[in-house]
Amino acid sequence: MKIGIPKEIHHGEMRVATTPEAAAQIIKLGFSISIESGAGLGANISDEAYKEAGVEIVADTRTLWKQADIIMKVRAPELNLKLAIDETELLSPGATLISFIWPAQNEDLLKKLAAKGVTVLAMDSVPRMSRAQKLDALSSMANIAGYRAIIEAAQHFGRFFTGQITAAGKIPPAKVLVIGAGVAGLAAIGTAKGMGAIVRSFDTRPEVKEQIESMDAEFLMLDFKEEGAGAGGYAKTMSKEFIEAEMALFAQQAKEVDIIVTTALIPGRPAPKLITAEMVASMKAGSVIVDLAAEQGGNCELTEKDQVVVKHDVTVIGYTNLPSRLANQSSQLYATNLRHLLTELCPEKNGLLNVNMDDEVIRGTTVIKEGNITWPAPAPKLSAAPAPQTEAPACAEVLAQQKKSFLPPVVKQLLPIVIAGLVLFGIGAVAPESFMTHFTVFVLACFVGYQVIWNVSHSLHTPLMSVTNAISSIIVIGAVVQVSTANNTVTILAGSAILLASINIFGGFLVTRRMLEMFRK
Amino acid sequence: MSHSLVTMSYIVAAILFILSLSGLSNQESARKGNYYGMLGMAIAIVATTFSASVSVYGVLIAAITIGGLIGAKAALKVEMTQMPELVAIMHSLVGLAAVLVGYANFMDSTISITGVEKTIHEVEIYIGILIGAVTFSGSVIAFGKLSEKINGKPLLLPGRHWFNLTLLVAVIGLGAMFLQQTEVGGEAIIPLAIMTGIAIIFGIHMVMAIGGADMPVVISMLNSYSGWAAAATGFMLSNDLLIVTGALVGSSGAILSYIMCRAMNRHFLSVIAGGFGTSSGGEAAAIEGEVQPIEAEEVAKLLQDSKNIMIIPGYGMAVAQAQHTVNEITKLLRDKGKKVRFGIHPVAGRMPGHMNVLLAEAKVPYDIVYEMDEINDDFGNVDVSIVIGANDIVNPSALNDPNSPIAGMPVIECWKGETTIVLKRSMASGYAGIGNPLFVLDNTRMLFGDANATMQAVLKALKG
Repeated sequence: MKIGIPKEIHHGEMRVATTPEAAAQIIKLGFSISIESGAGLGANISDEAYKEAGVEIVADTRTLWKQADIIMKVRAPELNLKLAIDETELLSPGATLISFIWPAQNEDLLKKLAAKGVTVLAMDSVPRMSRAQKLDALSSMANIAGYRAIIEAAQHFGRFFTGQITAAGKIPPAKVLVIGAGVAGLAAIGTAKGMGAIVRSFDTRPEVKEQIESMDAEFLMLDFKEEGAGAGGYAKTMSKEFIEAEMALFAQQAKEVDIIVTTALIPGRPAPKLITAEMVASMKAGSVIVDLAAEQGGNCELTEKDQVVVKHDVTVIGYTNLPSRLANQSSQLYATNLRHLLTELCPEKNGLLNVNMDDEVIRGTTVIKEGNITWPAPAPKLSAAPAPQTEAPACAEVLAQQKKSFLPPVVKQLLPIVIAGLVLFGIGAVAPESFMTHFTVFVLACFVGYQVIWNVSHSLHTPLMSVTNAISSIIVIGAVVQVSTANNTVTILAGSAILLASINIFGGFLVTRRMLEMFRK
Repeated sequence: MSHSLVTMSYIVAAILFILSLSGLSNQESARKGNYYGMLGMAIAIVATTFSASVSVYGVLIAAITIGGLIGAKAALKVEMTQMPELVAIMHSLVGLAAVLVGYANFMDSTISITGVEKTIHEVEIYIGILIGAVTFSGSVIAFGKLSEKINGKPLLLPGRHWFNLTLLVAVIGLGAMFLQQTEVGGEAIIPLAIMTGIAIIFGIHMVMAIGGADMPVVISMLNSYSGWAAAATGFMLSNDLLIVTGALVGSSGAILSYIMCRAMNRHFLSVIAGGFGTSSGGEAAAIEGEVQPIEAEEVAKLLQDSKNIMIIPGYGMAVAQAQHTVNEITKLLRDKGKKVRFGIHPVAGRMPGHMNVLLAEAKVPYDIVYEMDEINDDFGNVDVSIVIGANDIVNPSALNDPNSPIAGMPVIECWKGETTIVLKRSMASGYAGIGNPLFVLDNTRMLFGDANATMQAVLKALKG
């Protein structure tokens, strides 16, 4: 089947839905790909690079849409001002569209697409399961947004992030507060830490405390018991009392910190207002707020979508296209997410799509199947949230199952010693003196062997075995003393023993030598 | 040569053997140690040859020459991956030689002793042949299993413990008969021969019941037996050199077996009894999740971007003969200023120290090859770990799943590093037949295919 990659038309969108590396992999799955001329320019990828990967370049937008069985995009379809036609209209009937859709916010779009009778897979609806992580575009984009948020903040912040003591005076480190420790929040924490700032973070879900602390940031505790994790590992709306306590914490933090990054979002709802105008006013002059929730209305009251504004001497950044500001990187990750999705959709590698609605991942991602709206999908069975703890008794059982010994421990410890003593006594009582001399030698030699062998380096265990093998052929001298007897049978037996033992002596020593020669520094 | 001079030579030989083993404590002195061993053996043989009891030299020289040639040829031709087989077959030769010497001694009518001394002598012959025969047949089966001429899976007969017990009782009964027959001057060779047969069956049965990854224990155990066989022969011949040497080798093998068992957290007796997971409580936790495959080119990129690399080889590397490719990759990475180390689990491979020998053969410098205990605490600093054809020795469930059949076994904790790449032919489970949660961890990538072919591809990508 033919995949078409149109140029993104959304204002400020620099990403592209595939890269030459991803395209080469997709072609291996049996698909053919065509791309609109100049689609990759925003992400610094030339048409030539695509051509080298085996992608066909199409100059005309309409032709591209018409030819393609599958359209892969970044943004949801919208009105193409240049051609004065909605992208939805360009889709050929029966085609498949894969892009961000945001079905909860864009019900009209969903209906329009359904009316066209197409199949639509929404990259924002990939279920949160460990199996689906590799196609989770929301996470890969959020990671970039979190990184870029700190870079943007640094751009507008008039000081260093890291503390220094220089000849010209002491520089205090910047204090960064990250609200919401999802993928974006954690990326922001990591970036800010990497630049040397003091980072604090808050999240309504107590289970992320460990993740925050693992990144060497401080988790701000709220002395309040309420479980903040909703379905699918996302946050949910909290009670009124909780929000009040939370707001008090933010108000206090606002006075202390230099930079606030907010990432609080609840799926399918407007962003909660966490930073009030008063809090902004209470911040130090020159402070920066980066609002990653600007698209959904913003976590800060003063955020203006897609704008950088200065209010009360505080810069408030409301960019909604942060991934586009790292267009090459985000295109690469998004293209890989799409490639993984195609791999799931095309398990036979024959270049044909199989939208298997029994597969949980594909079911969740598909929002329209051949003109029928299938959104929202039933909740996934396995979520990223931890399972309720029920495994506690396992340990006790194991302990109980350990065999009960018949003997009390003291007897058990003494038993071998007693037996050994009795055996030695028995031997000593009956054995003649000549035997005892040999026995003395034997026991002492065992102890010498014990002491010597413990010192052998582990790496030389194989040479140890081959050399002991050669040495144990000392048995040959037993045969040598017998070979000269008059009895022919004895001579034959002894002769064969000598032969066998000599194989061992020569073989053992020589192979040991060969091995040891190989051990070189 | 006078009797005292011969004894003196034996003392020198014994000292040289002890020096030879103690030389193996590190690589520098090991070569010298091996020469001590050769010298000791030469002194012992020459002294015995010129002693009063030897008068016919033809057979002696012919046997030594032929045997020596065969041995030398085998030693120079053997592949390093076949070392376990060679060692196993050499154990069987010692066992067989012990049996032959025992029979020869039994038939030798020139020995004239009486009373308790005679009884003890007969018992010594009996025990010497018993141990020799078990060593012989056990080693032959071990050889067959290692060279894959015999199926490596443990053969578990129903009621096998009773079978073994019956054999033991029979051996004791036959021993009593044997002593009685020698007293009255009857046909003592019949119970002796039957016992030899039983000992051979016992050896076969014992090793058949032990499976692939327990082979290191079996080999070191047989190593130990060959020593005890020599010691028993020494008692029989009243020869202190044989006793000393046999005891040295016997305790060496016993210690190796102990080290191997400890490395697998298994009891020596349960290894010998055969089978796996005989007494684990409850079901082991099932493994959920999906593996994330990776391509050779991506591996090369990962390696290029990392500073600290750990390679964990297993038996799969030996099977695929990948050690030379691994060394080339190591050299290339080290030339680029990266820190490359090897982490060796004590039971990796099919005999103690097997991996070290393979890496040494491929000319990997031994000072970058570490033992498990030396590197396990260091994985926090490791960027990329490459697991080549190993499974159970890197299984996290050994540490965190009390119901796992390998629970409590010390393992190489590679998952604590940044990324782990696992080379594997397919998703089949390891020897223990249990799944490995390492493969589905977030920071694990699977590189499927023959280890040598995939490492070649990585090498090509690194060069290109």
